[in-house]
Amino acid sequence: MIEQHLLLKRVDFIFVQDTDWEKILQKSIHKPKQELINELISSELKGRGGAGFPTGLKWKLTSEAAGDEKYVICNADEGEPGTFKDREILTRVPYKVLTAMAVCGYIVGAKNGIIYLRGEYKFLEKPLKDAINEFSYFCNKINLDFTIRIFMGSGAYICGEETALFESLEGKRGEPRNKPPYPSISGFRKKPTVINNVETLAHTYTIFKYGAKKFYDLGVQYSRGSKLFSISGDTPKPGIYELELGMSLQDFVDEFGDGDTKAVQVGGASGFLVPRKKFHETAIGYQGKLVGISLPTGGSMMLFNSCRSMYNLLDNYLEFFREESCGQCTPCRIGCQQLLAGIKAVKKGERPAPYLDKLLKLSETMQYTAKCGLGQSVANSFASIVENFREEMIY
Amino acid sequence: MSDTIHITINGIPVDVTEDTVILDAAKKVNVVIPTLCYHQDICVAGNCRVCLVEISGQKRLAAACATPCEEGMDILTNSLKVRNCRKHIIELLLSEHNADCTKCYKNGKCELQNLASEYKIMTQDFIELYKEKKRTIDNISPSIVKDDSKCIRCQRCVRTCEELQGVNALSVAYKGHEMKISTFYEKSMNDVVCTNCGQCVNRCPTGALVEKNYIEEVWDAISNPDLHVVVQTAPAVRIGLGEELGYPVGSRVTGKMVASLKRLGFDAVLDTDFTADLTIMEEGSELLGRLKKVLVDKRTDVALPMATSCSPGWIKYIEHMYPEYLSNLSTCKSPQQMFGALLKTYYAKARNIDPKKIVSVSVMPCTAKKFEAARPEMYGSGYRDVDYVLTTRELAIMIKQAGINFVQLEEMEFDRLMGESTGAAVIFGVTGGVMEAALRTTYEIITGREIPFKNLAVLPIRGMDGVRMSSVMIKDPLEEWKFLDGVELKYAVAHGLTNAKKAMDQIKAGTADFHFLEVMACPGGCLGGGGQPIPTNFEIRKKRAAAIYAEDLGKPIRKSHENPEVIKIYNDFLGKPLGELSHKLLHTTYQIRERT
Repeated sequence: MIEQHLLLKRVDFIFVQDTDWEKILQKSIHKPKQELINELISSELKGRGGAGFPTGLKWKLTSEAAGDEKYVICNADEGEPGTFKDREILTRVPYKVLTAMAVCGYIVGAKNGIIYLRGEYKFLEKPLKDAINEFSYFCNKINLDFTIRIFMGSGAYICGEETALFESLEGKRGEPRNKPPYPSISGFRKKPTVINNVETLAHTYTIFKYGAKKFYDLGVQYSRGSKLFSISGDTPKPGIYELELGMSLQDFVDEFGDGDTKAVQVGGASGFLVPRKKFHETAIGYQGKLVGISLPTGGSMMLFNSCRSMYNLLDNYLEFFREESCGQCTPCRIGCQQLLAGIKAVKKGERPAPYLDKLLKLSETMQYTAKCGLGQSVANSFASIVENFREEMIY
Repeated sequence: MSDTIHITINGIPVDVTEDTVILDAAKKVNVVIPTLCYHQDICVAGNCRVCLVEISGQKRLAAACATPCEEGMDILTNSLKVRNCRKHIIELLLSEHNADCTKCYKNGKCELQNLASEYKIMTQDFIELYKEKKRTIDNISPSIVKDDSKCIRCQRCVRTCEELQGVNALSVAYKGHEMKISTFYEKSMNDVVCTNCGQCVNRCPTGALVEKNYIEEVWDAISNPDLHVVVQTAPAVRIGLGEELGYPVGSRVTGKMVASLKRLGFDAVLDTDFTADLTIMEEGSELLGRLKKVLVDKRTDVALPMATSCSPGWIKYIEHMYPEYLSNLSTCKSPQQMFGALLKTYYAKARNIDPKKIVSVSVMPCTAKKFEAARPEMYGSGYRDVDYVLTTRELAIMIKQAGINFVQLEEMEFDRLMGESTGAAVIFGVTGGVMEAALRTTYEIITGREIPFKNLAVLPIRGMDGVRMSSVMIKDPLEEWKFLDGVELKYAVAHGLTNAKKAMDQIKAGTADFHFLEVMACPGGCLGGGGQPIPTNFEIRKKRAAAIYAEDLGKPIRKSHENPEVIKIYNDFLGKPLGELSHKLLHTTYQIRERT
């Protein structure tokens, strides 16, 4: 059971002006590294890209990794369908991200930072460069040896996957690597690397500024702090909202729905579709040891009302995955094609309805066997749509 | 020092060293994990997902080829979950694969087919995706046929072309469902930097990349009573062929090979080794000539180091990649092409056969030889010097088709006139062999003494290191070669084009101090050629090399210049090395090629 008295709480951390960045930077790099790491660990900040790896631990592992050269990479390849928060952060408070990267560099011992910017965000390149120039000027002034550059992506969804991103950065084809080794040991150019989502970095700024407690006090157990949500679909008030983690989906729909919400896609195409009957038992956050369903999200929340066909939705997602799979591993490359061709065949009556069960098993195999998160998570949306809206798949 | 790690595989405890992957750990306890994209020669990709295993406590399965063992791991290779997933993977691969197996050249030799058979995939529940895709077969190249409908995207060919050969003719194009293995601008393999080495063919698990076969053409020629069909066999065929016909790796089957070729109906069964010996005479003389021009005449227009020219993959590579160094290549044709030219001149005359009616067939460990035979430069005899080139694998197919019980066959000897050879010729089949053969002869020509190595084995350049260098000091040479007195003759050997690049880059940078360079396009030399039995890998190459050296030791004559047929052909026909007729028949020119 979810705690009953959760309320939807608006928070305003991320977009608070970043004009004090010089002060925060100077303050932070004069603190002992261990103190900063401890602060991050006790804040329980988890990766805001969606996977939810504890940020403090990530930085700690990289700081402990042996290596003459290390890197800090900001993953701004915001590609998940329905998410558009990172571009807003980079537009409105870029210095928070730059500062966080520099502090991270100080902690782990990296002198180079790279922002991997989504190809479609070309318009951000110029203002971001200007910000970097000013930032570098200040770094020089305070004798902080840290350089940030921008690398433009080319539009492949898969390059948001961290190891595919490294390959892309290295000038190679964006294909995920085998793991282990993990980036904290062997990342960009096989060197120890911290790679964080834009929002995660922005949150560390908040933590360095106010301390861990202020962050930790928000949210629920295992899901601390606030998070930006990109809200879209059938809603009267689409946009970007910073909310406390741990809210129930029912509360969320009550606030943002249009009164006819049929289902909510939590976490974009690679996330889960939650039908109306499960709104009340679903919380938004990382699955901890709490009883009940808790869904993580990179921030994408898409609401659908009763006008929407769930078949069309799934068809659209699968078309996307079929296109955006890098194509190297068997379960993802062929699995996505089979799932799409399969639901089409069932819809047309070329395959019997029980073929859906075969496809569900296939999606489970993809989850167990695909090389990276892309192929593994196709099952999320596939199973949650097919299981909850089976009749729409058939008729 | 690495630590010992304790794990269990299917309940069996096993100790391994740090960094051992699960696949290798399993081998230690005789557990076989199936693989497709894995190949010992190239880097681990982990993309086919066939080798998945279950690790207790982990929800996801792990690729055994790519996952290092960790202390306490409890691994299951045949659990229900593994079996179900693996079957799914194989079914998926089959759904994207043109599984028209009975009409496939690789039928019976396909790794995907073997897996499907092992896992008894009897039905095709999934939608047959390959039918929706446009089928493109690239069969323009004289060496290699590429059929994308059979490709399973394991990228072995891509990794081979990049890592072993440094050519990058093949690479991955597009993404998602359109992802495929392609060439620059999707041109034909014939029109890109491909060297036709066939290493990709040797590593392709399915029928997506195969040699262009000339089996039916050769059968037709044999069956035509008006034609005189002659076959020559390369040194590396005799130590590889057995693997296709029931012998263990590293078996020498020279006599049985000759006997079966006779049974196939060839009018004469001759030996490329004869022209390998001849190559040493020509190439050795060319090297000494170049040394004299540079050291005595002080000429600056003569290129050194001189590089060997036996390997057609290497020739096409240098034509594409280092066209400014074509003058460093020996002008000698390869033994195959020398043989072809002499067959339709010297042999035809001696046997009184109209060269028009001679069909020249060669059996080679090589796919690039097919391209070489088709080069416009290779008509020295007035006819096409070599009409058909078969690989070791194609010969094995013909032997099976003819119903020959190879293992029981009585051994036979090569026919005479261009059938005699020495141990020096046999070692042409292994990396370093041409160099060793050349040293055995040139050293003796210069000094009048045998090369000072026990059993004539020039050990410093044997082995499998990528680039090997050594030297020999010339002391007290014969009067004619006085200018070489005190000269340290330096030589280098490279095999695999990635290593050839290293040697060439030294030459380009001006840091190369060697006089003579041997390059073989394929790792291990011809014994690891693209036309050799599949699989070929490091261990197998080592065994084949041992067989070649054993063959050399077993030969009564082991120096090219002592081959009586070689002496005879100079007396009766050619005159002297680098003579007028030699130039016409045995030497060639090269062409500059684009780097696309």
